[in-house]
Amino acid sequence: MKNYTSDLPHLPIWGSFKPDGSAWKLKERLFLGLPFSEYLKTVTASWLNRVLAAILVVGFYFLAERYIFGLSRITHGSNDYPWGLFLGFGLFAMVPLSASGFLLGTTVVIFGRKDFHSIERLALLNGLLGYFFAVVYLEVDLGMPWRLAYPMFVSFGPAAVLFLVAWHVATYLSVQIAELLPALFIWLDRKSWVKYITRISLGLTIAGIILSTLHQGALGALFTYAPTKIHPLWLSIDFQWIHFFCSAIFAGLSMVIVSSTLINHFMPWRCGKQFTADLDRITLGLAKGSSYAMFTYLVIKLVAVAHDNEWELLLTGWGGYYLLEIAIGVVLPMVMFARSIRTGRVRTARTAAFITVFGIVWNRLNTAIVCFNYQMYQDIPHWKEIWVTLTIYAIYFITYRFIVYRLPIVFDWEDTQEKA
Amino acid sequence: MGINIQRRSLLKGGVAGTLLSLFQPAKTASAHKIKKYPNSYGVLVDLTRCVGCRSCEAACNLEQGLPEPHSPFSDESVFEADEHGRARRTDATAYTVVQRFNFPQQDHPLFKKVQCNHCLEPACLTSCFVNAYTKTPEGAVIYNPDVCVGCRTCMIACPFYIPTFNYSSGLHPRIRKCIFCYDTRLKFGKPPACVEACPQEALIFGKREKLIKIARRRIEKNGSRYQDHIYGEHEAGGTSWLYLSPVPFSEVGFNTELPDEPILDGVKGFLAIVPMVLTIWPALFAGFHLLATRKELKPPATNGTHEEETR
Repeated sequence: MKNYTSDLPHLPIWGSFKPDGSAWKLKERLFLGLPFSEYLKTVTASWLNRVLAAILVVGFYFLAERYIFGLSRITHGSNDYPWGLFLGFGLFAMVPLSASGFLLGTTVVIFGRKDFHSIERLALLNGLLGYFFAVVYLEVDLGMPWRLAYPMFVSFGPAAVLFLVAWHVATYLSVQIAELLPALFIWLDRKSWVKYITRISLGLTIAGIILSTLHQGALGALFTYAPTKIHPLWLSIDFQWIHFFCSAIFAGLSMVIVSSTLINHFMPWRCGKQFTADLDRITLGLAKGSSYAMFTYLVIKLVAVAHDNEWELLLTGWGGYYLLEIAIGVVLPMVMFARSIRTGRVRTARTAAFITVFGIVWNRLNTAIVCFNYQMYQDIPHWKEIWVTLTIYAIYFITYRFIVYRLPIVFDWEDTQEKA
Repeated sequence: MGINIQRRSLLKGGVAGTLLSLFQPAKTASAHKIKKYPNSYGVLVDLTRCVGCRSCEAACNLEQGLPEPHSPFSDESVFEADEHGRARRTDATAYTVVQRFNFPQQDHPLFKKVQCNHCLEPACLTSCFVNAYTKTPEGAVIYNPDVCVGCRTCMIACPFYIPTFNYSSGLHPRIRKCIFCYDTRLKFGKPPACVEACPQEALIFGKREKLIKIARRRIEKNGSRYQDHIYGEHEAGGTSWLYLSPVPFSEVGFNTELPDEPILDGVKGFLAIVPMVLTIWPALFAGFHLLATRKELKPPATNGTHEEETR
């Protein structure tokens, strides 16, 4: 795409109308204003797309195997480790990294911080896609994926934490779709529909906070069902839901920094003037929020160790691993965030955000897999399981990019003729 | 179970519950009533009597129509540690297995039969979001494959590592675990197949309360032969299957760190905050919103911000 934007000044599509005054057709909008053959060329020319295609082809074969012959074809099918990467990464890590939607929604809509407006839509999109693909991962992992809606319509276990997660993720998905509909409406030249969403945006945002608080916490609370299986340092019965909720805050914020950094770096042609101009300032703002949340998180982690009286466990091998996770995943990026705010060096904040995202994934994998059955053997996921996890992530990446290329996520849509 | 009822009604007050009650209020209302059944059945397993003949395994296999095992039930090589260096466990083709524990200072090994312990407040049941498990008044914890989604949370939650999943089926996977021979025997007050097959009377079937008395009497009579503990009387809220052991329970593969409270008790802390968040958050954040955007009210808004429109 980069090559084209330099040759064809009317591209990419910034608004409803071409320079000559005629409207972009839907087909043209879908193919980024290029003839289909040209569009196809840009798609196949990229080495990244070729890598993605290779991952997908093999991945889809494994997925077919999984659906026809059962999970044991691509996983170890362990009765000791019922949850593997699909949930450990796909659900428990994707969901906190997608907390961005409700966080920026709260910042902009509830607290009236309009200075974060230019990144709000990206945060919402990041949230929506993260949740959607968490459900996709779930659909790979569930034994009977066709019964996904059973807890909603067929049989109810309302005392179960997972019941709450199911209901909240489903409700929150629809809330996030509603929050993002304006971008789609504008892209489809249906601006008049946007006001219906705007009217309920406060309600949607508050619903988002409630649902997020509860299901981010609930993902942590799910592990309180296994008090004897997870290493006590990673499981604090009383604080688990707060740990998960609090870490979701800096996870979501950091993920927006990561995502906006990548978009700004790899598709500058797509970024609107406002977005580019605001990005450094916003990144530092997000870094600030992130470092506060991290500090809070560290305090609660410490409180949990004190409350459960696990000091001597810190001196064991597991304790060393625990401290390493906290040092690399939380303390290091927190200090970097703080430094970046003081020195104004945005690069530091961006690096810190990447480390934070890694730290969150690490923490969730530790809780769900590494420190699960800590008194038993370690289960290293089957390579096909890793491949399929990568496959779903590749689809997530492609969808994400597809939408950012087209919908007014990081730019403002021009719907008047003269400015286009 | 006042706490349960309270929690349920609070949850029902929530978003989910309100919507649910529109669909099937009657079903929701009866969900998760974990009653205590004082008159329920149980089995007492006496490790001092078990000789590891695996008759119980064979009987279970036959009764439950499970696939034929790889090696005959007389094969003793199954007692060897598995690839992970662990004693054998239940799987989708065996609801009960006998484990062997060797003690260098003793001339004979100890054997322990493993199966579902049929908890009084089962973690599998309380963690299941489609209510696929039922604790019957007779004492069995049974499973309904017709509503199971295959999330395997029950396997995470079970402190005894009992439920198993047949991962090798693409279209008809399900959880498999011992059901106390509920359909064919327990329902009619008959002992399960494994108990009936035991030649050593290592397993005795009866009312749980009576079994506890029998166990106590054995401990009293032969104090030197038994540990002064009935495993399952209190563990994880109590189980229908009870164990007597001549050696410390931790030496024969029992988890002795289990809390005496049901697993659900640890989850209640979180469940209690749900109604709080549902009721307080809307008012709290609407209030924040009003406070945070108050300044904008003073100069008349010029370009109709959406905060204005929401009012």
